[in-house]
Amino acid sequence: MINDPHYRRRYVISGIAIVIVVTYIIRLFYLQVIDQSTADQADNNALVRQTIYPSRGLIYDRNGELLVFNQPIYDVTMILRDMSKPFDTLSFCRCLNISREEYETRMADMKDTKKNKGFSTWTPQVFMNQLKKEDVAALQEALYMFPGIHIRKRTLRDYTYDAAAHVLGSVGEVNQNDIDRDDYYARGDYSGRDGLEYTYEKQLRGEKGVQVLMRDSRGRLQGSYQEGRLDQPAKAGTDMQVTIDIKLQMLAEELLHNKMGSAVAIEPKTGEILALVSNPAWNPKVLVGKERGANYSRLLNDPSQPLYNRATQATYPPGSTFKTIQALVCLDQGAITPNTLYPCSGPQSTPIKCTHHHGSPVAFDRAIEQSCNPYFWCAFRDLLQKDGYGKDNKDFKHRYELWRNAVMEFGLGQKFSDTDLSEQSSGKVPTSKEYDKTYGPVGWKAITIRSLSIGQGEILVTPLQLANQAAAIANEGYYITPHLNKNDSMLTHRHDIAIQKKYFKEVKNGMMRVMQYGTGRHYAIDSLHMAGKTGTAQNPHGNDHAIFIGFAPAEDPQIAVAVVVENAGFGATWAAPVACLMMEQYLNGDIKRKEMRKQYREKEPPHASVKKQ
Amino acid sequence: MRASRSSNIWRNVDWITIGLFVALMLFGWMNIYGASYTFDQSSIFDFSNRAGKQFAWMMGAVALGTILLLIDYKTYDVLAYIAYGAIVLVLLATPLLAHNIKGSMSWITIGPVNLQPAEFAKCIVALAIAKYMGRYEYKLRTWRDLIVPFAIIGVPMLIIMVWERETGSALVFIAFLLAFYRQGMSGYVLWVVVAAVALFITSIRWGDLALPLGTGSVGILSCMLILTVVEIYFICKEHRMRYQALILIGSVIGIYGISLLINIWKPMPFNWISMGVVVLLVLYNIGISFYWRKYKLLIVAAFTLFCIGYTHACKHVFSHVLQPHQRIRIEVLLGMKEDPNGAGYNVNQARIAIGSGRFFGKGYLNGTQTKLQFVPEQDTDFIFCTVGEEWGFVGSVGVLLLYLFFILRLITIAERQRNASTRIYAYIVASIFLFHLMVNVGMVLGVLPVIGIPLPFFSYGGSSLWGFTLLLFILLRLDAARVEQLR
Repeated sequence: MINDPHYRRRYVISGIAIVIVVTYIIRLFYLQVIDQSTADQADNNALVRQTIYPSRGLIYDRNGELLVFNQPIYDVTMILRDMSKPFDTLSFCRCLNISREEYETRMADMKDTKKNKGFSTWTPQVFMNQLKKEDVAALQEALYMFPGIHIRKRTLRDYTYDAAAHVLGSVGEVNQNDIDRDDYYARGDYSGRDGLEYTYEKQLRGEKGVQVLMRDSRGRLQGSYQEGRLDQPAKAGTDMQVTIDIKLQMLAEELLHNKMGSAVAIEPKTGEILALVSNPAWNPKVLVGKERGANYSRLLNDPSQPLYNRATQATYPPGSTFKTIQALVCLDQGAITPNTLYPCSGPQSTPIKCTHHHGSPVAFDRAIEQSCNPYFWCAFRDLLQKDGYGKDNKDFKHRYELWRNAVMEFGLGQKFSDTDLSEQSSGKVPTSKEYDKTYGPVGWKAITIRSLSIGQGEILVTPLQLANQAAAIANEGYYITPHLNKNDSMLTHRHDIAIQKKYFKEVKNGMMRVMQYGTGRHYAIDSLHMAGKTGTAQNPHGNDHAIFIGFAPAEDPQIAVAVVVENAGFGATWAAPVACLMMEQYLNGDIKRKEMRKQYREKEPPHASVKKQ
Repeated sequence: MRASRSSNIWRNVDWITIGLFVALMLFGWMNIYGASYTFDQSSIFDFSNRAGKQFAWMMGAVALGTILLLIDYKTYDVLAYIAYGAIVLVLLATPLLAHNIKGSMSWITIGPVNLQPAEFAKCIVALAIAKYMGRYEYKLRTWRDLIVPFAIIGVPMLIIMVWERETGSALVFIAFLLAFYRQGMSGYVLWVVVAAVALFITSIRWGDLALPLGTGSVGILSCMLILTVVEIYFICKEHRMRYQALILIGSVIGIYGISLLINIWKPMPFNWISMGVVVLLVLYNIGISFYWRKYKLLIVAAFTLFCIGYTHACKHVFSHVLQPHQRIRIEVLLGMKEDPNGAGYNVNQARIAIGSGRFFGKGYLNGTQTKLQFVPEQDTDFIFCTVGEEWGFVGSVGVLLLYLFFILRLITIAERQRNASTRIYAYIVASIFLFHLMVNVGMVLGVLPVIGIPLPFFSYGGSSLWGFTLLLFILLRLDAARVEQLR
């Protein structure tokens, strides 16, 4: 085609083709290499991150008895986009056994973005949660009729025994505070709210996993992404063993069930808490699942304050149980010797009368055995006045502070800071400054604070501190911080008391005499070599609190116990039996004295309801 | 003799083109499998899914191609006009037999398959044009020589656009202009097309944008300035004027300068001023045309006057003549409307699909946009998304280059023809493929409005595959005959 005048136009046409293709390559380069935004947009389109909830760690007692485990519960969720229209509301309600009105309110709540921030019509939204297996059974059967409706399985806590509620604590939904503080949590997650569940939350909760799923353009889930390469399996929570002996715990709960009070048992050598009872309590099963909210507020408003852990939070004057410490401090600080005698005029004694009948003068071991008030007043007075009062009572106050420091060594007047008990009170051993405030710097003398000599007055202790004190005496000079986690030995948390061992032997001897001849003799079992001390703490608000501390066997103590029964009366009649039965149970593994157990269980304190306003 | 001719065919046929055809078709098939891939997917040959069906269509296409190669080449020339008449009748009849598929009345159902006669019309019209323009006595000298070819194209085009409401397939006939251009049609016609598009976009996009000074709109003023420049260019070019050009440009600038000056006291209607300038130039143009007796320039004058009207009509056409979905597609493309969930959804998802493929792609069958059906029509018109997502920049560029090579190969084939008719036909084929590539990929990349035409050999669909096969293999048959004709 030599004579073709338009021959060159082939290049124009080829050029047009090349220009178009090059333009598109530039456009592709922009889209695929320069513009970074689209990769994320594609992921947002296609990927759904679904949380896999780990199962929470189980809790066993010291003997391997299962206490806390998990039960499956079911959430009904809906993906609005997938739901058929019109939706058969009537049969859906019938399946779930709810009313039309409830359906409407739940739908409205679900769609309310103020209440449900993550609302989307594409993703599963919770319509009803925490249903029992039987509640969803009907829906499960009919699920094929309701596209977009799904049943999601989660777990809740369940309990083998209706016991140890205060110890174990409970699990509930996280609040906004938790979410803000720890980004592990998301709305709707559960966490331990109190007790061991709270303290060991990080260990028990495990780690949530994630499953990356793909969803198509209509929001339907289409299986895992990249064969699950981005998935992370949930890590189950670590199981834990607690120091509680559930049989002992249940015995104490049984004995106290109609009384207000608490009982704490500790293994002296290890500081392990064998039982920690506070009554009134609740059945741990009621603070689980759907009813948790309602039950919780009911417990919160109950005038008997069941949520209050009396064993660690309530404080009482220790009464005569304090005489054990008083004796030790007075011996060690040289106010008395084991041979010191003091006169006692019985009820006529001043300034403190004696409530027991025994001869005079009274010796050290008899004084403990008979809980002689005048003896300990005299010993306390002689201790405080050992150096005289000095200028501005300086020497007296110095002695008082020495006494106070010695008392505090038993763990009184302070919280156990290195323990795993979440709720505690510190109790109180007053400082000289507090007395200065009340009475003026020189306005108080030994006689002013005479009540302290017998564990009354300003001194306050918790039942836990009492049990720990018993353990310290049992150990003859040290205690291990009381704790609940059996997996973690606390032997390094040993607190030595700077009082000579021989004095402990003297006091122990006195305490054994209490159980043989004294106020505790009625409930003791001789073969167990029990040692103890009763107390009857006067209480300005009502009847006396009955208190008992003790341990057994005296030579090689396995268990130390403290029992407080509020407003019941004599420690010997109300607190000692509980402690003695507990020691029997723990040491013998069984209760032989069935009649006594039954009698005590049925016994109700005279004005049990006094404090119930 | 019969045997020797058939062996000649296999020796003379252009195997490079056949290789490209097979490569594009196979790669397209793989991507259809990818695009229709779901999680419980069976085999690529499973006839119940689209990849399996496409395989059947492909086998049919290979058979069709073979048959086309075995037919005597003269048949195509002989039957061209008859086939043209027949296809016009079929196109006319189609809407009467058709089901409405997405607003289009272009599909007829024969047994288990849907066919779109418009896909086959391209080929037949091309043969008719080739036959008419390839006659020895035909010479393309003036615009009068184009009347018949334009009519041959225009009739089916109008039927498809107006009667069948299938704008995409109708617009393909614009591609024929490229072949006409090669045969000697004035290059200005191509410029007219470009100008029409440019004026349309300018007047639509900025037609309502008020000027910062005086009254009037940016769109209209811009269009008028374009026309002013065109007028001055042609006047000066045709009359070989140099200094007069400076006078013209100076006067125009003067008029605008004075208007701006007056605008300080009184807002000036710049729409009217700019139009007045163009009209004055047209009058000057007409005047000197008669003075120099160069009537050719009158065409420019007429065109300019037409454009003034066109510019103002655009707005009207846009808001009253176009169908709502077409209007929205254009608005989305021009960035006048953000509508990622509605009309813009497809384009936006396509952009995400391609963009997220990055440089090397997500891997075959691993595209999330593709597999999870975020891009509607992904196995048909939007198939290029799958390429972009799963094969990345590398794969997309590869496909584009493959097409470029294919089109350039067709141009080479065209240029080696001794027979004008075959060359015209070859150019039409090349132009049609180029047009499809440009419009389809442009739409997917978001640089052209959404016009539903398939990507040749890639998109799912029997009609389009067979239509393109028909186009291509008739060309290959005619090309192979070039040797036979020598003897």
